[in-house]
Amino acid sequence: MSTLTALARARAAHAGRAVPIAAVRHVHLTDRPFVLIPLMQAGEAAAPLAVMAGTDRSAPHLLVVGQPRNRDQRFAFLTDFAKLLIPYLDELSTHTETVEATKNHEEWQRCTDAPQLILPNPGGIDALRLLGRSARFRTVDGPYPVDPLVPLLGRHLTWFAEDRAPMPGSSVCLALTTALAQHWATGQSALEDQHLPALLSWIDPPPGMDGASAALLAEDPDRVPPAGPTTDPAFDTGVLAPLVRAQEEARALDDLRAVAKAEEELRAALAAQMQPTWETAWRAVDVLRGLPAAASDELRWQVDRGRFTDFVTGIAEGVPPQPKRPSAVSAARRLADLESAQQSYDRSQAVDDPLILARYRVGGEAFAGRITFVDAERQEFKGKRAWPRPLVLLHTLDEVILRPGAKVASPARVSQTARLRAVRPHPTAAGFEVELELQSGMGRGKTPEGGSLPTVGEERCYATFLAEQRGTRPELPDVDQTPWTHGGPPWPYVPRAEEQAEDWH
Amino acid sequence: MSSQRSAEARAVIEAVTDDLLSRAHRGVIVDSPPGAGKSTLVVELAGRLAATGERVMIVAQTNEQVDDLVARLAAAHPEVILGRLTAGDYEVPERLAPLRGPALAFSSKLPELAPASIVLATAAKWALVKEGEFPWAILDEAYQMRSDGLLAVAPRFADGTALFVGDPGQLDPFATVETDAWAGSPWDPSDSAVAVVRAHNPDLPVHRLPYSWRLPSTAAPLVAKAFYPFTPFDAGSDADDRSLLLGSAPAQAGPAGQSAQPGEADGSGIDQALELAAAEGWAWYGLPAAHTIRTDAEAVEACAALADRLVQREAAAVDRAAGYQRTVTPDRIAIGTAHRDQAAAVRAALARSDRASRGLTEVTVDTANRLQGREYDVTIVLHPLSGRRDATAFHLETGRLCVLLSRHRHACIVVGRAGIADLLDAHPHAEPVRLGVAVKFPDGWAAHQAVLAHLGAS
Repeated sequence: MSTLTALARARAAHAGRAVPIAAVRHVHLTDRPFVLIPLMQAGEAAAPLAVMAGTDRSAPHLLVVGQPRNRDQRFAFLTDFAKLLIPYLDELSTHTETVEATKNHEEWQRCTDAPQLILPNPGGIDALRLLGRSARFRTVDGPYPVDPLVPLLGRHLTWFAEDRAPMPGSSVCLALTTALAQHWATGQSALEDQHLPALLSWIDPPPGMDGASAALLAEDPDRVPPAGPTTDPAFDTGVLAPLVRAQEEARALDDLRAVAKAEEELRAALAAQMQPTWETAWRAVDVLRGLPAAASDELRWQVDRGRFTDFVTGIAEGVPPQPKRPSAVSAARRLADLESAQQSYDRSQAVDDPLILARYRVGGEAFAGRITFVDAERQEFKGKRAWPRPLVLLHTLDEVILRPGAKVASPARVSQTARLRAVRPHPTAAGFEVELELQSGMGRGKTPEGGSLPTVGEERCYATFLAEQRGTRPELPDVDQTPWTHGGPPWPYVPRAEEQAEDWH
Repeated sequence: MSSQRSAEARAVIEAVTDDLLSRAHRGVIVDSPPGAGKSTLVVELAGRLAATGERVMIVAQTNEQVDDLVARLAAAHPEVILGRLTAGDYEVPERLAPLRGPALAFSSKLPELAPASIVLATAAKWALVKEGEFPWAILDEAYQMRSDGLLAVAPRFADGTALFVGDPGQLDPFATVETDAWAGSPWDPSDSAVAVVRAHNPDLPVHRLPYSWRLPSTAAPLVAKAFYPFTPFDAGSDADDRSLLLGSAPAQAGPAGQSAQPGEADGSGIDQALELAAAEGWAWYGLPAAHTIRTDAEAVEACAALADRLVQREAAAVDRAAGYQRTVTPDRIAIGTAHRDQAAAVRAALARSDRASRGLTEVTVDTANRLQGREYDVTIVLHPLSGRRDATAFHLETGRLCVLLSRHRHACIVVGRAGIADLLDAHPHAEPVRLGVAVKFPDGWAAHQAVLAHLGAS
């Protein structure tokens, strides 16, 4: 947590209301998000209990598993879930635009929009990840066949929850608590912020109430049911268990009317548990929509659209499902992808948002001030050629702890790196005078291009992380060339029928 | 005594050489405690491997490490042709410029270094090389190298034999993103290079260098006990080999003509700490308990004042075995911190005009990450947990404390606020236990408590 965020939390605690820590919205919101609230059976890994989902706020779909421990019912539920989700995805993948060929890529078609799953919290995303893992290797023939939609749903859920959700800057699978906490600081702990109703109470309390007391009320599970994926233990024992048992007994007796009645009661009980979260989730989306989108938002969403296109194309072309275990090479590639996405997300947030940039200023990695002098004529001779090396003086009130030699760049002109030559107390005023030598981003000529230099009197911020070079991708071997240090080439995976065999009922 | 230890260390080098030259294994691992002659081993083995007539590639982690090795190799093996593979924007440092010539070439392209029998580069540079294979590879600081970095480099010695050298007690490599998804698996790309090699090749021989030539006999037992409990090592020098002599104590020199500034550490405590460090090799400079911000002004001032006073008292470092007696000049002093802003604050305190006039801006002030592999006569350490309210994994990391406490040849003074032991007790382990992740011993709690107990701090 940065010093500024700590300060914002202290202020929020003092005022009893959340304090904004971002000026713009750094996550994308589509016009038609698919809000999804999963509930899981307590004590079972990947046993779904219910989902409430849909794109229409006024008409949520509710899917329920009568007996979560019954795997036939579980996969019937997943089939229904697929029938709900996959049409939404299909619809989005039909509209494409042409992306012109570049040096590295030939012309291709990209979807004009991508899907967006919105879940209450990271626990919900993890539940989807487990469901995806349990579903994507099921087969449509063999010992325990499932509907063909089940493995397809598994691959989609894996893509959302495992491939894209951890990718910095991606918005196709969002957890609301994470997105809200990224933009507001509350007076409660980060752990308490994982409770969506409480977090939203801090940010957007009901009329006549302050955030702190509204959050306290929201913590009462009798008043506000938890946002899942785990259920309230009192609800489990007091309501859920008797209803599931009644439904099972009715089935055992083959009493169809009793089964229908029991199922109806179960649905009603679960609907009552989930409806408040459904409302809260949409309200949280509204609150996020209230923030203006960041300048880089469109570019980031374009990446998401591209990845979505790649994924649906891959499915159409029959690529195998995401493997159970990565190879050493694919894990290393994935880490490189994640780290470069993190770096560019950090950069674009700081460039787009002065409140984020301020964190770096407080941490000593950036400084801001007024340009007091520019020597545009200065040159440096290297070999036979003279290179423009303009000198700039900047007066700042920030405490500059960077040392001479540090490379910095300004959000105003990210492509222009400058080398810090000296920092000294300002001769006549408070604060520091920083001497910078501009090194690039001035065109190819012997003198800087017009408009490429800062001007005297201009306010500028310079930061070290903006000048950091984006790492060149290391050359990784192909999977079948994995060296002995990493175990040699892995054995190719061959699915076997025995893998479907498990203690089924 | 000392000669017997040298012979033992020599026997390890011979055993490593035999293992490599026999080519019985694809790799050999050498664990080295701090200052145990790792670079000497690398330089000597590079020469011996090159003498087979086959080419050797050397991988180190930073340009500074590679340049150090180049300088040492050039001095030890003037007859061997060296090639320094560099990034495009690399500038030849002044100390290497005179060596440039037929025996040392610099280039950013491997084919241009064809005449060289030993080619050196950073791991990042090697990762960009697409072709060429070497029969021998030496990977220095292999515990600081990440598994994915090794994967990019390993095709260059895919059919060769590799020597992995490193210090297992130092800081582990890290990633800037969450890597829990891979934790405990042998393909975890954020694990250390040595961990992944051993996971996939459990039969590789592991050798251990037995003596620290850097750490004095006062320091080696504590560092070994706190950070290497299962792989003990000893000091290479005897207790009477090393000493630190302090000159007479002149009156406390405040900033030009003023009396002590507010917040300035009490002078007598400073002298006591220095005298204790000179006598015992360790000293704890305690401050009253308080929760502070990271750049705790009092602790920062204490670090600067200790260095200042050490210079004012014209401390002399004596090593009878190595045969030197030298004044501990500011460039022989380091101040280590956990965070960059703390280092910046200490540097600012040292730049005060009266201190600057005594040359204190020459003192090295840096974070543990950047002090790795470096050596000084006296070090002053701002304790990572000083003044904190919580003990996070970052501040507890044993590697961090180990680096900070193992950079000195003569004495180390630790600055910290009271209450660290209570803080450790109040913050139990909260990280999830993951399947397949080897339990790390010692954990941060044990190591920190062992150090605090030895220093007599609370």
